[in-house]
Formats: sequence, structure tokens, C-alpha cells
Amino acid sequence: MAKHKISVTVNGAAREAEVESRLLLVHLIREVFRMTGTHVGCDTSHCGACTVILDGNPVKSCTVLAVQADGSKITTVEGLEQAGKLHPVQEGFTEKHGLQCGFCTPGMLMTTSALLERNKNPSEQQIREAISGNLCRCTGYVNIVKAVQYAAEKMR
Amino acid sequence: MIPAAFDYHRPGTLDEAVKLLSSHGDKAKVLSGGMSLLPMLKLRLASFAHLVDIGRIPGLDYIKEEGGFLKIGAMTRQAALERSELVRTRYLILADAVPLIADPLVRNRGTLGGNVANGDPGNDQPAIMLALGATFVARGPKGERSVPAGQFYKGLYSTALAPNEILTEVRIPAPPPRSGGAYAKLKRKTGDFAVAAAAVQLTLDGKGAVERAAIALTNAGLTPVEAADAAKYLVGKKPDEKTIAEASRMAAAKSSPSADRRGSVEYKKEMARVLTARALLKAVQRAGGK
Repeated sequence: MAKHKISVTVNGAAREAEVESRLLLVHLIREVFRMTGTHVGCDTSHCGACTVILDGNPVKSCTVLAVQADGSKITTVEGLEQAGKLHPVQEGFTEKHGLQCGFCTPGMLMTTSALLERNKNPSEQQIREAISGNLCRCTGYVNIVKAVQYAAEKMR
Repeated sequence: MIPAAFDYHRPGTLDEAVKLLSSHGDKAKVLSGGMSLLPMLKLRLASFAHLVDIGRIPGLDYIKEEGGFLKIGAMTRQAALERSELVRTRYLILADAVPLIADPLVRNRGTLGGNVANGDPGNDQPAIMLALGATFVARGPKGERSVPAGQFYKGLYSTALAPNEILTEVRIPAPPPRSGGAYAKLKRKTGDFAVAAAAVQLTLDGKGAVERAAIALTNAGLTPVEAADAAKYLVGKKPDEKTIAEASRMAAAKSSPSADRRGSVEYKKEMARVLTARALLKAVQRAGGK
């Protein structure tokens, strides 16, 4: 099976890799690029812990082939902080206790930061719909919603 | 979970894609959004020696009304359908259904073409296409052909598409005046397939009686199930409480679900009846009836 040479931009930096066709995007990020902020949760495209932003859209990176992302721009949780300053959603999750065990948090941060790019003033319902593909077993989502509302206010 | 090894191809044109499929026969599979195919490969429920990714072929991503049809390119993502003003204002049966498919992240990748071409009776859009009387356009080595949705589904994961054909467009006849459609779905949680779901598209005459109707069910058998008898029963009748109840009963009688963790056969059939009634009622209201 031939390997494929791919180029991607991860958090603004150009990266190259030679990958097997079957390598999943999440494994490219974690095991080839050694960025372990993106988590593998269920590995069946249900839980959303592996969410990254692919060309502007949050997607489950356990269900995308690395080779499909060739030429794409990827943002992972490591790319949210800018010049030592937390992204407003990161600040919101800290301030409003939007996490307990933290396993789902990278995915939650990616989905909600993408939401706020598209919608500066989401209603509670819209926030809940946006994170409906990201499962959290700890918080009951109440503080996650508050964290996103905090971030939205911050970004306005 | 890692899929079994395969070769990945990314053709730049449809012709190139068809050529690749022709040379690899049933060892090759078309990769669209990958939201059904990749999980199946990862779970090793399926394996193909070659994947032909149509995701970068230009001209397969559009939603437009043209010549009396709503034409949707096969690579159109569910998220694009969800945001489409055209869908939201003119094709309410689709607007009902899309937000209930999988979850928002999956809808950013999953495509209409993949949903209808996969042949999974749990997918929502096949039944909707039956109700809408849609036609699927496929490209193969001999060129293009059209297959009515009603003749497309042959069995579980089995469709009228040959291994070297690619579904390129879904063509939905623009509904005439006094038409209404609705999709009603029961699911246990976000991301789940339907326990039962009903797709209804109908047109009323000037006096408020049903001029034509179509009813189809999701997850009610090995293929999407068209309840033609129930739809025929409605034609010429006022869609009131009594006729809607009878048509729903007839539709549910056509369903043959299997028991699983979503419920027993009896429960699913009963839910098919309830959801058909709800979809009929909503469709009638949307058509301007009472």
C-alpha cells in the first residue's frame, strides 16, 4: 500500500507527513505531530472529544482520514491560546467551572469556539444544540453553557 | 480502531473517478463525507481494497432550483442543507429532518449523496426522497442515467447503483401550490438512528381534499418503506382526524421493523403509526389545510 505525502497547516504552522491511507486525522495529530491536546474518547464518532476545526468547521477527527485533510487548515486546542493569552472560551471554562475531569474539554472548546465565530450572541438553546455532538459525563452541561455565555460576552 | 489497509485515490474529475471504480470493480468504494463508511471500516464491518474520494471533485456541491426541480449536488454537506434559505423556506420536509440527522459535527462532514446512496434503511433522507418523488442522477462509464428513488433501494446496503457508478445529483420536483411536507422522527438521543420516522409530502386540491400524497418510513424494514396504499387511501378525501388516523394505521401496517435496543417490533410499529399521523397533520397544515 502506497504512502501519501500530505501537507497541512496546523495552528498556523505548515506541517508535512508521509501517511498510510488508513491513518486517522486524530492519530496524525497525536502520534505523528505529537500534539496530545486532542483526545480520543469513544473512537466511534459519538463523543466529540477528538473535535478539531478543519477548514473552519468543527469535525470529529477520529472519523476523518489524515489523507483527506491534505491541504487543509487545522486548528487544535493547542492553537486556541494566542501570545500567552487564553481564548475567551478557555477563560470561560476556567471562570465558570466548565469542566471536572477535563476529558471532553478540548472537544468542547473547539466546538464552542467555532460556534462563537459564526454566532456572536448564541441563545442557551443554540449553545446546547451546538454541543449536542460533544458528550460530557461530569458537568451536566450547565456550567459549560455558562462558560460559553461568558466567552460570548467577552468577545462582543 | 484502525481500518484494514486500503489504497486511497483522490480523482480530480468524475470521469477519472468512474475509471478508477471500473478498474477495481467491487473492491472499490466511493468515499463521500465518510460518516457512515469510515465507522464501518473502523469497526471492520466492511473492508475495501480501494477508496475513491470524490470530495475534491469540483461541481458536486450546490443547492439550486432549476427547470422545476430542486437540484442538490451529491457532495452537499448536511450543514449546508441546514443553512440553506431555499430548503428552510420551500422544502420543509428536509428542513425538519436535517437537524435530526446525527449531530452538528457529523453534519459538517456528512453529505446528502452519501446518506441516500449508502442504502442504510436507518438513514433519514431515503424515505424523504421517496416521499418527494426524487430522482437520483448517476454517472457511470456509459454516461449519465436517472433512477427514481422508488426504484433505487434493492435491499440492505444494496441499491440500483453499479459498483462503477457514482451518484452525482438528487433531483426533487418543485412542489405545486397547496403542497406541504413534514418529517417526524423519534430517536432516543442525539446521534441515534430513528426508533421510527415518517416522511409525508402531499398536495391539496382547491376544496381542501388530498389531490396526491406520498408516505415513506425510515428504519421500518431492510429498505426505506413506501406506504403507497395509505397514500392512495387519502387521495380524494378531506384530511381530517378520521382519515389521518386510518392512513397512519395503514402505513404502520406496511412497516416490518426488527426488534433491537430501540424497542420491540410492536413498539416500533406503534411509533410508526403515531409519527405518520404527526407528519400527516403537519404536512396538511403546511399545505394550507386545517
